[in-house]
Amino acid sequence: MLGRLSWAAIPLDQPLPLYAMGAVGIVILVVLGIVTVKGWWPYLWREWITSVDHKRIGVMYVILGLVMLLRGYSDAIMMRTQQAIAVGDAQGYLPPDHYNQIFSAHGTIMIFFVAMPLVIGLMNFVVPLQLGVRDVAFPTLNSVSFWLTASGALLVNVSLVIGSFSRASWWGYPPLSELAFSPDEGVDYYLWPLQISGIGTLFTGINFVTTILKLRAPGMTYMRMPVFCWTALATSMLIVAVFPVLTATFVMLLLDRYLGMHFFTNDLGGNQMMYVNLFWAWGHPEVYILILPAFGVYSEVAATFSGKGLFSYRTMVWATLGICVLSMMVWLHHFFTMGAGADVNSVFGIMSSIIAVPTGAKVFNWLFTMFRGRIVFTTPVLFLIGFMITFVLGGLTGVLLAVPPVDFVLHNSAFLVAHFHHVIIGGVVFGALAGINYWFPKAFGFTLDDRWGKASFWCWLIGFYLAFTPLYVLGMMGMTRRLQHIPDPSWQPLLLVAELGAIVIFLAVLCQIMQLYVSIRNREVRRDLTGDPWNGRTLEWATSSPPPAYNFAVLPRVETIDAFWQMKRRGLPAVEPSYEPIEMPRNSPIGIVNAFFATITGFTLIWHIWWIVIIGLLAIAVGILVFGWSENREREISASEIARLERARLALGRAT
Amino acid sequence: MADVRLFHDRTPGVEEYEPTANYWSYTAGLGLAILLTIASFVVSQTNLLWPPGIPMGLIVLAFAQIGVHLVFFLHLGSGPDHTNNIIALAFGLLIVFLVIAGSVWIIANLNWNMMEMPR
Amino acid sequence: MSITTIADFVPTELARGRGGGGPAPTRTVVAYGFWIFLLSDFVLFSGLFAAYAVLSGNTAGGPTGSELFNLRNVFIETMCLLLSSYTAGLGALSAERRQPGSFLIFSAFTFVLGAAFLVIEAREFARMAAEGAGPSRSAFLSAFFTLVGTHGVHVTSGLVFLVYMVAQVVAKGLRPHVLRRLLCFSLFWHALDIIWVGVFTLVYLMGAR
Repeated sequence: MLGRLSWAAIPLDQPLPLYAMGAVGIVILVVLGIVTVKGWWPYLWREWITSVDHKRIGVMYVILGLVMLLRGYSDAIMMRTQQAIAVGDAQGYLPPDHYNQIFSAHGTIMIFFVAMPLVIGLMNFVVPLQLGVRDVAFPTLNSVSFWLTASGALLVNVSLVIGSFSRASWWGYPPLSELAFSPDEGVDYYLWPLQISGIGTLFTGINFVTTILKLRAPGMTYMRMPVFCWTALATSMLIVAVFPVLTATFVMLLLDRYLGMHFFTNDLGGNQMMYVNLFWAWGHPEVYILILPAFGVYSEVAATFSGKGLFSYRTMVWATLGICVLSMMVWLHHFFTMGAGADVNSVFGIMSSIIAVPTGAKVFNWLFTMFRGRIVFTTPVLFLIGFMITFVLGGLTGVLLAVPPVDFVLHNSAFLVAHFHHVIIGGVVFGALAGINYWFPKAFGFTLDDRWGKASFWCWLIGFYLAFTPLYVLGMMGMTRRLQHIPDPSWQPLLLVAELGAIVIFLAVLCQIMQLYVSIRNREVRRDLTGDPWNGRTLEWATSSPPPAYNFAVLPRVETIDAFWQMKRRGLPAVEPSYEPIEMPRNSPIGIVNAFFATITGFTLIWHIWWIVIIGLLAIAVGILVFGWSENREREISASEIARLERARLALGRAT
Repeated sequence: MADVRLFHDRTPGVEEYEPTANYWSYTAGLGLAILLTIASFVVSQTNLLWPPGIPMGLIVLAFAQIGVHLVFFLHLGSGPDHTNNIIALAFGLLIVFLVIAGSVWIIANLNWNMMEMPR
Repeated sequence: MSITTIADFVPTELARGRGGGGPAPTRTVVAYGFWIFLLSDFVLFSGLFAAYAVLSGNTAGGPTGSELFNLRNVFIETMCLLLSSYTAGLGALSAERRQPGSFLIFSAFTFVLGAAFLVIEAREFARMAAEGAGPSRSAFLSAFFTLVGTHGVHVTSGLVFLVYMVAQVVAKGLRPHVLRRLLCFSLFWHALDIIWVGVFTLVYLMGAR
């Protein structure tokens, strides 16, 4: 009746996950309780849950990413602590089976449910505004994408309470991830949530490629688009290009596990290396999917806060497209040591070195943008400068690793762990935080407290270097990654420094929470009345903060790069434009309904409860067919309503 | 909104205002596709083509037939209004090539170096 | 701050051909988005094709392609699918010319031909499984069943899509949003035939040698 699910799946004998889920459960219940008591459900349902507005969906993605950051961070501090104390005779507090689940969950959550949502959230919020249009190409599909991602995040976290997570790392390599060696539900808790959220991400990619190529304000040619939109386009193209490869790879592993096939098994002809090959064919472009939007954020921040246009727009565009294409030609560098010959290794090693060139060109362009600019040292600018130093160093260690003989020494050592955290934290995390600080006033109508923002930056920077520089040294001393027990006591001092770094990062997170609290408490004083708190250059700053549902009452006519800057120089028009009614898409529950049944289907697939799986799949199909039959998917906003909103906005702007 | 558009952005398969979409286009496409299919079967099952060249011949015929589908059934063209479609297709083909050819090359190299027995 | 607006915008020479014409019409947006989705589907199949290419020699002492494949059936399947693409195209033409009657007739042919394809394929699969050459027999067979089977699942979804669209045409008529979805169906159906060209060439014709 209930497949392989039983009461034994709840880890009553393991205090750590039990207490953790208990605490989280209480927090969730308290939040739900407050929402219910205050009667906020109708508002939440109408304005957020069923919203198809890209601005709302973008904010929800970022919230999901930040909440999951807390979960991913807890995994990190547990690992650091275990490694700091389990030296020599000491066994630490995490048994190996547990430790393996934690490092697997840490990687999976950080990549798929922190970095991706943060980056996609920023793209969602900003791109239509920067393009001068009203929404993305497929707003309802956008909502479906978000809720599928949330569904995946939920399912991965359920593994804390019911059953256990995968012990096969965030890659899930066979044969370890095959039934013969992982017969329980762990690997399925990895595969199904990622398949579900992968579909959501693919839809996002399709949505943004179409939006950026087919929906721009009149006059906005390709070479007048903001650079953030170019990076969003490259990211979306990569998503469309490589997520299906991951889907196919996971399908094959799932078929091995569920239907006894032999793609990657040890027997009957399976080839384990084919999984590795296909996984990384997705995996390398994935990290470029993460970093390209961050590059876009940095371009916007550099230009705005230097008071200058971005240096050499053209080379930025070509570098972005070059990185996009080259990123799909380097993937073997993730498995140099797995048996390929020198010919294959050298081709991919050279390609991996070449890809550093367009990135270097971008760094020079950011530097030249800031050179002789009138720099305002806000939190986003600190993250920009911190990024430039940190990412270049991290990238250099990457170019080192791109040399196959060097990689033979350092593959899967702590050096590698330091390298990828170097570029991901220095690049993606700093970029996401810069973007959040930069666009927060546009989203919510008030600025974030800059002092707490800068405090969080310094804690992130110092914490990062303390936590990961020792790992470079340890890697060269011979320490491999994913160690539950440290065999060599001489490594301990460095591991203690790393532990200190992790604690400083915790302080950074606390600073961010304080920043939010203080800013919300003081929001009336911090209100942004003009919609343009930073003297921005691009079109999103031409709207109110927050923008109305329709973004622009009249689509702007674009004549140059940095369209808003040009418009400011020309000044206000003499005559108020004539407003026409605007059609906007209606809200839809299909996103959350779909994700609800996807979650149930995913859970019951993991636990082999086949009859519910069938019901779940039918429910999803019926939902889609019912939704597809609906009429009246749009609502009209009248011209008088628009006129009223626009006049109110202008009056507020003149009041400052 | 009284916007003036100077040309129509076309997508694959659009039949509106589509001068190439008519019964002749589809029928010609069908005829060519049938011929190419028969040719593929003949090439693979007989020795009409020099045997070591048969795989390449089949691939060429397959590409030709895919081209027939794209042009005659999906009305993909080469004009400026089709630029986005062609670039997207080219990008897609690049990835398909990298994934298939890349995997075959890499795994063959691995199998040879690791002395993998055919099994 | 407000946005400068001009009452009647005429794109300059610079804007023409460089994408400065403003937001595209809904039909173009929907069709292009679906085209991108189809390209992503091609990439999905490329992953499965790559696995097949790599594993096709790993028969684990079991049956090989040349022993199992019946090329006569494959030829019939191919003709069924190709003809169904033809009738789908004619159906799309009828829809554009607002001729619901012809559209329904051509759709019926498309459905029957597509269903015939599936029936032949299902019987092939059943025959192979009964002979002990099921997907769990060897890596080659796992790759074969998955690649060809995934295409079959897509064809099945396409038939469901077709039935649904016929129902919409009957119930709602050939209105703009119905026509947009018919456009998506045609793109989907032709793309499936393109993938089948790859399948019968690489799997059946090369495998049977």
